[in-house]
Amino acid sequence: MKFYLEVWRQKGPDGAGKLEHYEANDIPAEASFLEMLDIVNEDLTKKGIEPIQFDSDCREGICGNCSLTINGVPHGPGRGTTCQLYMRKFRDGQIITIEPFRADSFPVERDLVVNREAYDRIMQAGGFISERAGSAPDANSVPIPKVVADQAMDAAACIGCGACAAACPNGSAMLFVSAKVTHLGLLPQGKPENDRRVLKMVRQADKEGFGNCSNYYACEAVCPAGIPASVIAHLNRNFSFASIKESIGITV
Amino acid sequence: MISAPSQSRSGPHPIFLWLFSSIGKKTVVALSGIVLVLFVTGHLLGNFTIYLGKDWLNWYAEHLQSLGPMLWVIRLFMLATVGAHIFFTMLLWKENQAARPKKYIASDPVGTSVFARTMRLSGLIVLGFILFHLAHFTVRIVDPAFQHMDTMLDGHEVHDCYRMVVTGFSNVPVSILYIVGLFLLMMHLSHGIGSLFQTLGLTNRRIHPLIETVTRAYAWLLYIGYISIPISVLTGIVK
Ligand code: HEM
Ligand code: SF4
Ligand code: FES
Repeated sequence: MKFYLEVWRQKGPDGAGKLEHYEANDIPAEASFLEMLDIVNEDLTKKGIEPIQFDSDCREGICGNCSLTINGVPHGPGRGTTCQLYMRKFRDGQIITIEPFRADSFPVERDLVVNREAYDRIMQAGGFISERAGSAPDANSVPIPKVVADQAMDAAACIGCGACAAACPNGSAMLFVSAKVTHLGLLPQGKPENDRRVLKMVRQADKEGFGNCSNYYACEAVCPAGIPASVIAHLNRNFSFASIKESIGITV
Repeated sequence: MISAPSQSRSGPHPIFLWLFSSIGKKTVVALSGIVLVLFVTGHLLGNFTIYLGKDWLNWYAEHLQSLGPMLWVIRLFMLATVGAHIFFTMLLWKENQAARPKKYIASDPVGTSVFARTMRLSGLIVLGFILFHLAHFTVRIVDPAFQHMDTMLDGHEVHDCYRMVVTGFSNVPVSILYIVGLFLLMMHLSHGIGSLFQTLGLTNRRIHPLIETVTRAYAWLLYIGYISIPISVLTGIVK
């Protein structure tokens, strides 16, 4: 297959950057999007052009590293990560525009590589449980209702890829924050510090400069893990309750 | 180790932390939105007295006026509500602009609705419409003749609200202005009412689609209810 690529090239964090035109020739339909870029990069190297820089790691849809916006959609058409996107999804001869994830809190480092440490700092602020070390409790000794376990499990699918903030017209990280809060806060192990977690993670997200949610639901449409936007409703009510509890000094 | 509880933290009062957090600001928009939606609903029900006849609408208008100081309390409350709604939406907007300074060159509004994307535009046009409406029927400066329309009701002289409305809507351009202005309100509420359930956390994965459908239908019902009045006047059903 053949594609006409418009790729964002930027020399460094402070560079201006612009779209460059490249042709991708002899691409097998079963190539993944990243493999297509690998082929293009080999070609560019042969021609003495600096290869296109982009992030990837696992290439099997679990690490969330492959942050590309393809034709205006983070991770491109369909559900799933960029590494799980195959060229057969595109038309032969199609023009494909590739840009980095855009959000003020995800600064571009170079070409298509962005710095997503802001998400790590949100996790450090409260995205964990403080568990004592020691022998593991018996399996199933703490009963968890099936509906709760399912909800927590669905939310736990978040891979922290950043597509939600990149898709959001407001650059808001709410889907990510609420996936973490829902996942940890619903389970008995995470409940003891739920209020603190919710308050700290939201405040960290605000501090990082992510935008406010306007309930556009673009995040839900691109999330490769299928996190439903209703987790944001869960976060909103938890945050307001935790704030009320905080104002009278009874947060957990 | 479990980290120290957050209440030992010093700094601004938790209420302010909440109010100026992203979720706090949205919550103020949603709560003021509820007040406005309830007001719009009540206002429509009151206006429907026009279909019961001249004396009913005039009776209703006269009762509102006779609230005296209470009327001013309600007006100030509504003014504060609109003020808070606009202040916080504009603050959110400013921050959201800063959070996403660079747009995509190949932009695709994936997953979003037109109504959601035009909230600011529809809201500001609705603001303009509300100001016109107040100048038209409340302050009565669009057509000063409205100030001197009086009639008798139960032996008292009262303002002839009914005559004013019929005269007002007999003017085709004015009626069109109402129909268009109300359409923008419908657009605003099509996204807004469903959205406030999400903002306040009153939804979950199962009921979300139902809430979206019902609230959208509600926005349309309000629209149809409101525009039925100028349309009835223009078609001579109410005269
Ligand atoms: C007067 C001028 C108005 C302006 C400038 C305005 C502006 C806005 C904007 C920009 C939003 C989106 C906020 C966001 O999600 O970031 C919004 C939401 C909303 N507005 Fe308005 N609006 C106005 C009037 C009204 C009126 C008259 C009503 C009701 C009758 C109303 C009801 C709502 C509701 C229910 C929401 C949704 C709240 C939420 O998302 O939780 N607005 N408004
Ligand atoms: S919520 Fe979805 S889109 Fe957002 S970081 Fe997690 S997996 Fe990625
Ligand atoms: S490279 Fe790991 S998810 Fe795509």
